[in-house]
Amino acid sequence: MTESLAITKLSDLANPTRFMALVARLVPWLAAITALLFAVGLYMSFTTEGDYQQGDTVRIMYVHVPAAWLAMMCYTIMALSAIGTLVWRHPLADVSHKAAAPLGAAFTLLALITGSLWGKPMWGTWWTWGDARLTSVFILFLMYLGLIALNRAIDDPSRAARVAAVLILVGFVNIPIIKFSVEWWNTLHQKSSVLRLDGPTIDPEFLRPLLVMALAFTLLFFTLHLLAMRNEILRRRVSAQRRMSARIASRGDAA
Amino acid sequence: MKYAFYVFTSYGVAGVMTLCLIAWVWLDGRARRQELAELEASGFRRRSSRPAPETPDDMGGETKA
Repeated sequence: MTESLAITKLSDLANPTRFMALVARLVPWLAAITALLFAVGLYMSFTTEGDYQQGDTVRIMYVHVPAAWLAMMCYTIMALSAIGTLVWRHPLADVSHKAAAPLGAAFTLLALITGSLWGKPMWGTWWTWGDARLTSVFILFLMYLGLIALNRAIDDPSRAARVAAVLILVGFVNIPIIKFSVEWWNTLHQKSSVLRLDGPTIDPEFLRPLLVMALAFTLLFFTLHLLAMRNEILRRRVSAQRRMSARIASRGDAA
Repeated sequence: MKYAFYVFTSYGVAGVMTLCLIAWVWLDGRARRQELAELEASGFRRRSSRPAPETPDDMGGETKA
């Protein structure tokens, strides 16, 4: 039983090896394009006009909106990976949702902090629990933390991945709640102004830097996710090799 | 600039967080590669990267089958 399990795991490493080669080829390009987009995006963020009502605080949106978008996109990628884990038992899917969780937590926290920093001067409060958008994003942050803790609590990586995958899929119900909270309930948080069926209602002066920054943040996420996945594969190789060398050593002692 | 504190704190937090993520990914990768190199130096190799059986072990370490 243990022998056959070891063999399946080793043959599965064949695919991650091809993945590692792909990462090595892609990452330098992704990183360079990300840096370029951030340079352009930051320049636009501080040279475009301020809002007639919000003043310069509108510039916070060029960080807040991409971070919030990534918070949800990351969870969606994790949900797709969770399907890969549960349906195809693919080891790369396990690695993908495990590596994405800390990134998702970081961008969700960034969305919460920048939202607060905008809310204080504009709404007069850092935070309000009565707002469905704020509370549902906070729950998303807690779910990311829970998934990180769960992955750390279970030693066997493929078991951890299966348990985490079930939790990710159950928690996915929160994503449409976050997206539509501003329409379903009367919230302090404003309604969507970019991703709308009838097109963006935001002025092009604000939309342009917002889109460049959103693209920069998205590429930053993919660069970090690929590298974090590579690190996770390396971590699994190290522990697999340590286990195997321990087995060989104990066999040598017994002989 | 009005509300400069809120604007610059937002960008500051975003910058620090991005740098932390980059540092984490970089340091984690470096540590794992180092561990693999140590394992390899101690004579243990992945099955796929192990040389053909006839080839003498170029690491000088003992070959473990």
